[in-house]
Amino acid sequence: MSNFFEKSDLSRKEAESIISDTLQKCDDGELYLENSKSESILLDDNKIKNSNYNSDFGFGFRAISDEVVAYSHSNEISKNSLKQSSENLKSTLKSAKGTYNHEIPKSNKKYYDNINPIEQKSLNEKIKILKDVNDYLRSKSDKVKQVTANFLGEQKSVEIIRCGGETLSDVRPLIRFNVSVMLEKNGRKETGVYGVGGRQSYDSYLKDENWKSVCDEALRIASVNLESKPAPAGEMKVVLGPGWPAILIHEAVGHGLEGDFNRKKTSAFHNLMGQKVASEGVTIIDDGTIDNRRGSLTIDDEGTPTEKTVLIENGILKNFMQDRLNARLMKTRSTGSGRRENYRHIVLPRMRNTMMLSGKQTQEEMIKAVDKGIFAVSFGGGQVDITSGKFVFNCTEAYEIVDGKIGSPIKGATLIGDGPSILKEVSMVGNDMMMDPGIGTCGKAGQGVPVGVAQPSILIDKMTVGGTKL
Amino acid sequence: MVKDQEFLEKKASYCLSLAKKLGATDSSVVVKNSVSETVNFRNSKLDESNRSDDLGISITTYIGKKKSSISSSNLLNDNLNILIEKCFETTKNTPEDEFNSLPDKDLLAKEVRDLDLYDDSHIPNDQKIDYLKKLEAAASNDKKIINTESSFTQNKSNFVLANSEGFCDGYKTSSFTASSVTVAKDEKSMERDYEYSSKCFLKDLDDAEKLGNLAANQTIRKLNPKKIGSEKIAIIFDKRIAKGILSTFANAIFSSAISRGTSFLKDKVNQKIFSDKINVFDKPDIPKGLGSRNFDSEGVKSDTLKLVDEGILKHYLIDTYNGKKLNLKSNGRCGGTSNLYFENGNTTFKDLLNSDSKSLYITETIGHGSNIVTGDYSVGATGFLVENGEFKYPINEITIAGNFKDMFQNITLANDLEFKYATNSPTMLIEGMVVAGK
Repeated sequence: MSNFFEKSDLSRKEAESIISDTLQKCDDGELYLENSKSESILLDDNKIKNSNYNSDFGFGFRAISDEVVAYSHSNEISKNSLKQSSENLKSTLKSAKGTYNHEIPKSNKKYYDNINPIEQKSLNEKIKILKDVNDYLRSKSDKVKQVTANFLGEQKSVEIIRCGGETLSDVRPLIRFNVSVMLEKNGRKETGVYGVGGRQSYDSYLKDENWKSVCDEALRIASVNLESKPAPAGEMKVVLGPGWPAILIHEAVGHGLEGDFNRKKTSAFHNLMGQKVASEGVTIIDDGTIDNRRGSLTIDDEGTPTEKTVLIENGILKNFMQDRLNARLMKTRSTGSGRRENYRHIVLPRMRNTMMLSGKQTQEEMIKAVDKGIFAVSFGGGQVDITSGKFVFNCTEAYEIVDGKIGSPIKGATLIGDGPSILKEVSMVGNDMMMDPGIGTCGKAGQGVPVGVAQPSILIDKMTVGGTKL
Repeated sequence: MVKDQEFLEKKASYCLSLAKKLGATDSSVVVKNSVSETVNFRNSKLDESNRSDDLGISITTYIGKKKSSISSSNLLNDNLNILIEKCFETTKNTPEDEFNSLPDKDLLAKEVRDLDLYDDSHIPNDQKIDYLKKLEAAASNDKKIINTESSFTQNKSNFVLANSEGFCDGYKTSSFTASSVTVAKDEKSMERDYEYSSKCFLKDLDDAEKLGNLAANQTIRKLNPKKIGSEKIAIIFDKRIAKGILSTFANAIFSSAISRGTSFLKDKVNQKIFSDKINVFDKPDIPKGLGSRNFDSEGVKSDTLKLVDEGILKHYLIDTYNGKKLNLKSNGRCGGTSNLYFENGNTTFKDLLNSDSKSLYITETIGHGSNIVTGDYSVGATGFLVENGEFKYPINEITIAGNFKDMFQNITLANDLEFKYATNSPTMLIEGMVVAGK
């Protein structure tokens, strides 16, 4: 664990007294300290292009009175700097007359080990794997014209000091390994991307030449795309494969179920609690407690232990995801969903691992049920307008379905749908739920946080496919 | 207060001399400080105040053709000692790359002109609050507006870039930004839109009422949208979307994408890639310009480039590394373009709307649907159906798609260019795109 006060003229005791003095008339707030170390090693175009190491250190001081949040952050952990931040907060919340809520749930459970993945594998070993990746892919086919592979590793230590001196802390490892390959055939170029990651050491994902399977998958996707033809345009049936395509769930309903948008009544879901928002058989949870997953957290960034939150149960809307601020204002409890990218940012209610649970049907049955439609296997990314409820995501591997059979691969197209109604269009839920490989980053209000998704295969009866073929 | 030049220069030279002492053959360093103060309002009440004070340093060390870098937000010398040593050790263990080097000395910026990028004025939070009150009053005037969120940010930044070739320069910049996001509702629908103004100088910022009115009107007109059928149709891109198409063009001509062979515009210099009347400039020396600068992120002087001349691509955007690889000289574009814009066309906005009997006017796109390897484009969109020059009704839940190679050849620009962002375009018409809807 980091000792944040070690090289500072500010002692822990003095910090605690400034915190208590600043927050005593507020409803909530804390000092959030963060020390993160991260590395990025990139192979591109046959060369090690970058090897970067970053060490980031700072605090964010937050005070909340009623609905108003005052925040101040700095890289200098010193008496002066904390006092200045305290003054900033006090001047915003001059008339605060609240009672500090000391209550915060406790748990002894941990969902990852206290390790520093960067130190667990030497630079030379990492460089060797990247070179092996490059050689392996280029030896597989002379169509391979470009290979990019990279390692991202991080260890983030956080400490939360609350009014009265209560302290909560967590050390979070995170790694990601990514491969991108570009093929060229008769002047046509297409790319395939695949990656793995989570809150464990590099070796947990890459030992025994496991990196080869990551390469094979990227190469397979690129090869499929090389043969793809223009995608159709218009409304049709869509079968989604299991795993990563669950970013549909993340975009279509996940964001709309975050507490802040519902407290502000700007989410298309704000008045649908207890109502049917999805077909029967559709159950969606957001779970921060799965061991070593990218979206898992032992405690959230306010110190609340994470949990498994049921969002939609058998089609009925059950819960929103809450941080402390929105929970208090909506008279409910935090679901351990308060997250921030780092100490520079305020806390927002965010997703962790968002999952649609398995049903009974098989993928085969779904394909058979489609006369004309598409089968989408992998996606690039997505986005949602939570107010209108419209969301999109971009296919990176998809096929047409004709008369119940999978046909030719089709070019990357955007799919667009309406969040509150899309889950009512789900007519089959597969028995093959799968987690994504551990690569997702979710963006909200300029903050990126690592997340996970999971789902079984599903059949959606009507969605608009944004191709070019009319 | 943002740290002064002297403090930043001292840190920079400390790092350079330490790297040299350890045995680095070359090194470069950037030291930055940025202080921002933001006030947010929601439904005409104070919602959030936020002060940030960000320090940052990044150091690159070279040993011959080996290179690696470190960055940190902790500028204490103790920490810098550890990090530079780590950086040097990593460099030693990183394989050589023949194209690694500092920029050629003769390309480095010699003089730093005052481009009027720093306004010393400070707007205290109380005055930000006054501005936001006026803004929110205008934005929430109409009963259909059910939520308003507005924000005012003052930012002051300073930086120094130094390298072992003797380059050492930097300057202060400022920005004042106000924005408003509004949500409107009727029986059938709920919609969101926004307006925004950002300037180097406080006195140039848009009037609060004007901003609030625009944010509200742009949202209300989106209410009760319809979905249209799939068809081939002319698309008119609002300026705020058209600038994104220009940014995609810039990404596709960056020397990194060219040297890696991952751009649909590779080998297209001196070829016609746009329609005849299209000219594109990247002009770094516009006074008070949001993208203005004296040199790029390696210290190379940035001159004005006419990237596209009557439809013909004239330059790639080149940094030192990729320049060496392509056997071209850096043109000072490491880190991106400066003030990038399409020159005005010779059609009025009104005539553009009238160009086709039926077209779609797009005000927002969602999704990451631009592929610079293939040129394929497919995004979700909202906007308005235009018939005979008139806005008929709002539309949403559609996608628009095409390929940039064809789209660029079919662009017509209006004559309504403004410098509202760093990258700017007049209103843009593209014929022959495909809309997917019902």
